[in-house]
Amino acid sequence: MQKKVFQLIADNTSGVLSRISGLFSRRGYNIESITAGGTADPRYSRITIVATGDDEVLEQIEKQVSKLVDVKDIKELRPDESVFRELVMIKVRASAEERPSIVAITDIFRAKIVDVSPDSLVIEMTGTQNKIEAFMGLLSGHEILELARTGITGLSRGTENVTYME
Amino acid sequence: MNGADAIIKCLEAEGVKNVYGYPGVAICPFYNSILESDIRTILIRTEQNAAHAASGEARISGRPGVCAVTSGPGATNVITGIATAFADSIPLVCITGQVHTDLLGTDAFQEADITGAVESFVKYSYLVKDVNDIPHIMKEAFYIANSGRKGPVLIDVPIDVQNATINKFKYPEEVKLRTYKPTMKGNALQIKKVIKELEKAKKPIICAGGGVLLSDAQENLRHFAQEHQIPVVSTMMGLGVMPTKHPLYFGMVGNNGKAYANRAMNESDLLIMVGASVADRAVSQPDLITKGKILVHIDVDPAEIGKNAGATIPLVGDAKCIFEDFEKESFEGNYAEWLETLKEYRVSMAKKRNPNPAYVDPAAFISALSEKMEEDAVYVADVGQNQIWSCSYAVTKQGKFLTSGGMGTMGYSIPAAMGAKIAAPERQVVAVCGDGSFQMSMMELATMQQHHVDVKIIVLKNNSLGMVREYQQFTYKEHYSMIDLSGSPDLEKLSAAYDIPFQRLYNMEKMDEVIDTFLAHKGSMILECIIDPMDIVR
Repeated sequence: MQKKVFQLIADNTSGVLSRISGLFSRRGYNIESITAGGTADPRYSRITIVATGDDEVLEQIEKQVSKLVDVKDIKELRPDESVFRELVMIKVRASAEERPSIVAITDIFRAKIVDVSPDSLVIEMTGTQNKIEAFMGLLSGHEILELARTGITGLSRGTENVTYME
Repeated sequence: MNGADAIIKCLEAEGVKNVYGYPGVAICPFYNSILESDIRTILIRTEQNAAHAASGEARISGRPGVCAVTSGPGATNVITGIATAFADSIPLVCITGQVHTDLLGTDAFQEADITGAVESFVKYSYLVKDVNDIPHIMKEAFYIANSGRKGPVLIDVPIDVQNATINKFKYPEEVKLRTYKPTMKGNALQIKKVIKELEKAKKPIICAGGGVLLSDAQENLRHFAQEHQIPVVSTMMGLGVMPTKHPLYFGMVGNNGKAYANRAMNESDLLIMVGASVADRAVSQPDLITKGKILVHIDVDPAEIGKNAGATIPLVGDAKCIFEDFEKESFEGNYAEWLETLKEYRVSMAKKRNPNPAYVDPAAFISALSEKMEEDAVYVADVGQNQIWSCSYAVTKQGKFLTSGGMGTMGYSIPAAMGAKIAAPERQVVAVCGDGSFQMSMMELATMQQHHVDVKIIVLKNNSLGMVREYQQFTYKEHYSMIDLSGSPDLEKLSAAYDIPFQRLYNMEKMDEVIDTFLAHKGSMILECIIDPMDIVR
């Protein structure tokens, strides 16, 4: 099993996301995460999909997705040629005594505390998946009440792999 | 001009001659406007068959077939027909009425989310929310349906959009799709590579799929094969690419195909697969067609290449364009020895049947029937044992062989034959079905009569669901379940009720005479052949 990050440029029409996710579910492809949002050109959306599978499956994913009428472009974002980020928000139970140690870890990771309540904190952190995993590992001594992750989004480095929209 | 008028204008601009359908309130504006047009309307008896009939027409005309049904159950009924067309890449434009835009999502009467429901069986779908979008949506729909890998497109039109006034109607001359651009022309380097391999090959073979017929490349393929003496086999959907009796043709491959066709494909050193999806029915073990040989896979859909078998030389493009390019190349190949071997296989591996003399032998009957049919006749096979016998024994000359290959949808033959006949009234059209599949579409006898569509129907009657019975015989050791068709109508009486002439054949004795009368008869006729309920296709 391998993991690949695909970047799609799709027509910003209603239903495009359901067409893409429907394709994954009916063909039995595994999605680890999917993120979607606008691009500089309002006619298009950028969709980032992290998928797992063997080589044949990953090749089929690329071909089947590019077949969708709404999809303009799909390409793999290779880890060595791309930057990836994910945003995570974590609500941790934190009494007055626990608070300082959590704040300390948060500072080290350059994460941010975005909400403080009498018995909990909400921490926001952006980073690579490795960094997020490491951060969560350090929080394991604390009770995580709620957690929200956006899934990976990314861009290729430099100007070589830019998809131009005429 | 309202939205419905605009849709009709678009259909006229696309050269649509016939619309198959069934009305309901939500599609009434459409069927009101169509009265002002020369487009012929055919009232089908259940919506599924509207799509099948449109499919039959499309497969003869080469243009998208059109059906129009109402919202809710009308739309959901048509899904099986759409899925059948999708599986065989048949171009359709299916228009569905929809509830008022304000009621969308409220579970209104006869509301169904048809664009959502049909998502996995269409090439594309539209829900029209603004009447002014109609011209470009219609243009796109026809273009998408009939280009690249063909397939059905659905357009869902709420009743208020059909009734709304359109500001300015102008049918676009060109399609502007930012994201959809199918590759037609094959890569020149890859084409050269194929020719080089053909030069080296000792045992080349072409396996023709339905894509060859869809791109109308059969003449080019025949010419190329003839010119270089390359043998050809076909998949079920590729039947008819080569005339059955062509000396270079070695039959249908697959688990229901000819043993010598499979052997030819497996023993080849260069296999040119064209317009075929290499799915389980044609190639049960993809290893066999990739090991120890060069596999050239030609398809207009890049996703087909490498889906089930890894190709040595992938070649994306339209079969016709590619074979035209092949024809321009000159090369010398000597495959005489290989051809001799295959001819030997064809004789020595031919299947021998032991028909029960008390009944009509479906194999001998189908072979005699199709031999007697006209040069350009259209043979439509249904699904079940009848399909396998038809594939194995029907002789196609310059005509067409139609069947539901991908989905295997029972009841396909009668509506598809109607569509074929409407598309080509001058051609002889024969539907061959079993008594199970016949009963799935027999309501269309009324449509045939009402619209004077002359279709000849063969019913191979064994009072059982033969294909399943045969499967249970071997897989479940004769533990039969749900295969007895007792209670079926007397077809003679049924034919009389519809005022359709009828004949019955009990055994082989009068076969020639009966077939002659059947084919010579002007108009529709039903011929029932009593076959052995225990007969098998394997």
